[in-house]
Amino acid sequence: MDTAYTSSELMIINAARLLRDGDVVFVGVGIPNLACNLARRTHAPNLYMIYEAGVIGARPNRLPLSIGDPTLVSGAAAVCSMYDIFTLYLQRGNVDVGFLGGAQIDRFGNINATVIGDYAHPKVRLPGSGGSMEIAAWANRCYIMTPHQKRRFPERVDFHTSAGFLSGKGERQASGVRGKGPQAVVTNLGILEPDENGELILTALHAGATVEMARENTGWALKVAPSLRITEPPTAEELRILREELDPQGIYR
Amino acid sequence: MSKLCTLSDAVSRLIHNGDTVYLAGFTHLIPFAVGHEIIRQGKKNLTLARATPDLIYDQMAAAGCARKIIFSYMGNPGVGSLKVLRRMLEAGQLEWEEYSHFGMITRLQAGAAGLPFLPMNLTAAPDLERVNPNYKRLTDPYTGREVMALPPLNPDVAVVHVQRADEHGNAQIWGILGEQKEAAFAAERVIVTAEEIVPEEVIRSDPNRTIIPEFIVDAVCHVPYCAHPSYTQGYYDRDNAFYLEWDRISESDEAVQDYLKEWVYGVRDRAEYWEKLGEETHRRLAVSPRYAAPVNYGEY
Repeated sequence: MDTAYTSSELMIINAARLLRDGDVVFVGVGIPNLACNLARRTHAPNLYMIYEAGVIGARPNRLPLSIGDPTLVSGAAAVCSMYDIFTLYLQRGNVDVGFLGGAQIDRFGNINATVIGDYAHPKVRLPGSGGSMEIAAWANRCYIMTPHQKRRFPERVDFHTSAGFLSGKGERQASGVRGKGPQAVVTNLGILEPDENGELILTALHAGATVEMARENTGWALKVAPSLRITEPPTAEELRILREELDPQGIYR
Repeated sequence: MSKLCTLSDAVSRLIHNGDTVYLAGFTHLIPFAVGHEIIRQGKKNLTLARATPDLIYDQMAAAGCARKIIFSYMGNPGVGSLKVLRRMLEAGQLEWEEYSHFGMITRLQAGAAGLPFLPMNLTAAPDLERVNPNYKRLTDPYTGREVMALPPLNPDVAVVHVQRADEHGNAQIWGILGEQKEAAFAAERVIVTAEEIVPEEVIRSDPNRTIIPEFIVDAVCHVPYCAHPSYTQGYYDRDNAFYLEWDRISESDEAVQDYLKEWVYGVRDRAEYWEKLGEETHRRLAVSPRYAAPVNYGEY
C-alpha cells in the first residue's frame, strides 16, 4: 500500500490518538467522525460514540456522511431526543470529549463558525453554531481539527460561536462552565495546546514540518513549547483502516 | 374520527401565507414531499423554523416561499453550506433569527410544555446574546447565579413524518427522534405524514413507540417516500449521493430553478416524483430488514 499520506489523513490519525479508551465522545461530522471511528478500531475499542442527533453508543458499519445517518441507529445502544442529548448527556456532564471545528480559531482557542465580517451584513455567512456552543462549554475536554492557515488562525475571531479560553484561562474558569476547554488543536503541520494562561502554543510538529512553517501560517506571534516533539508518522495499519474500511470512496482524502 | 386526507388538501387547508412552519426532522424523516407541495401551491411569506434547515429549506427559499428563517445550523450536514440560504442572507434578502441547537430545542420544549421559558446554563460565548435580543440573562432565585432564558417557540404548523400512523393520527417513530415530538406539541396545527397507515390495533400493540397522540393531530396523509433524499429508518436509505449533488446544483440560481422545474413543478405529487427517480435509485436506496426483538407487554 502507498504509505504517502494526505494532510487530512495526518490530522485524522493524530486526532484519533488523542482519544482514550472508554471516553464518551460527542462525534462531529466530517473528519472528526473518521478520527473517532479510527480510534475505536485501533487503541480505543471501548470508545463510546454519541451523536448530537441523539444516538448513544453507535457502532456504524459504514462511513456516515452526516451525524444523522441511519447506520448510526442500527445496532446502537440507545436513541434519545435532541433535548435529552443536550440536557441529560451534555449539560449534566456525561460527555468526556467534544470535537469542534470552525472557520476561525484564535490565540485563546475561541472558535468562529458563524460569520466572517459584520454579523448583520456578513461577508461570508457560515452554517452557525449547531451544537458547538454548548459542546465547547459542557464537554469535559474538546479537540479541534483544522488545516494550518493564517486566515484560519487570526489573533481574534470575528464572532465567538463557541468559547475557548476567552481572553485568558482565568476568564473561562470564572464563567462557570464545566468543560476544561480546548485541549489540543490538530493541524496538518503539528499540534497546538494551551499553556497555563490558555494561549495556544506549538507543542508538536509532524515530520517534515518546521517551526517557521507553523509561524508563517499563524496569525499571532506563535510561541513554541520548550518540549517541542515530533509526532509519530501514520502507520500502515492506520492508513489501511482509513482507506479500506472507513472512507473507501476517499471523500475525506 | 378519521383525519385521513391527501397531502395537497392538508397543505391547502392548514398552511397559510405568513405562517411560521416547522418541517421537523434532525436528518431523519425530513418531509421533503410537504415542502415540495408548499412550493407547488405557491405559499408566500413563510417563516421557516427548524434547528437544521436542510436542503428542503434551501429549495423553499429558492422558490420564493420564505420571508424569514429561524435556525441553529444552516448547513448541508457533512457536505458544506446551504448555498441558497447563504446567498440570500449575505445579500440581505431574507430575515433571520439564530440560536444554538440547545437554544432552539429549549425554545420548542418550552413551547410544547406551555412554559414562558426553560432555563439554560450559560456557555461563556456571549456573541449570540449580543446579536439576538431574545437571549436574556436571569438570576436563579435559589443560588443567585445567572442562567439563560429564551422565549417559547410555538409554530403555526408543524409537519412530522413518521413510519406509521393510524387514520386518527396516533403516530409512531423509531430511529433518530430529533425534535419531532416537541415540534408537534408546540405547534397550533399538526400535519402527520406516514409511510404506512396501519390499523389502530397495530399502534395499540406497541404504545411506547407512539410519540404523537391523535388528539393533537389535524391531518394524516399517506405519503410513501415522503422523506427522500432524507430517509425513513428501516424503509429506505438516505440518498447521500443527492446531498453531495445538491452542493453542486445549489452553486447557481439557474441550476436550482431548473431542478425545481423538473422535480417539483414538473411532477404532480410524491408518487410521480418517486416513479421519476427510477428503478436504479429505488434499488440503491432499498434496505434489508433488521427487526427488533419483540417485547412482551403482558395481557392484563
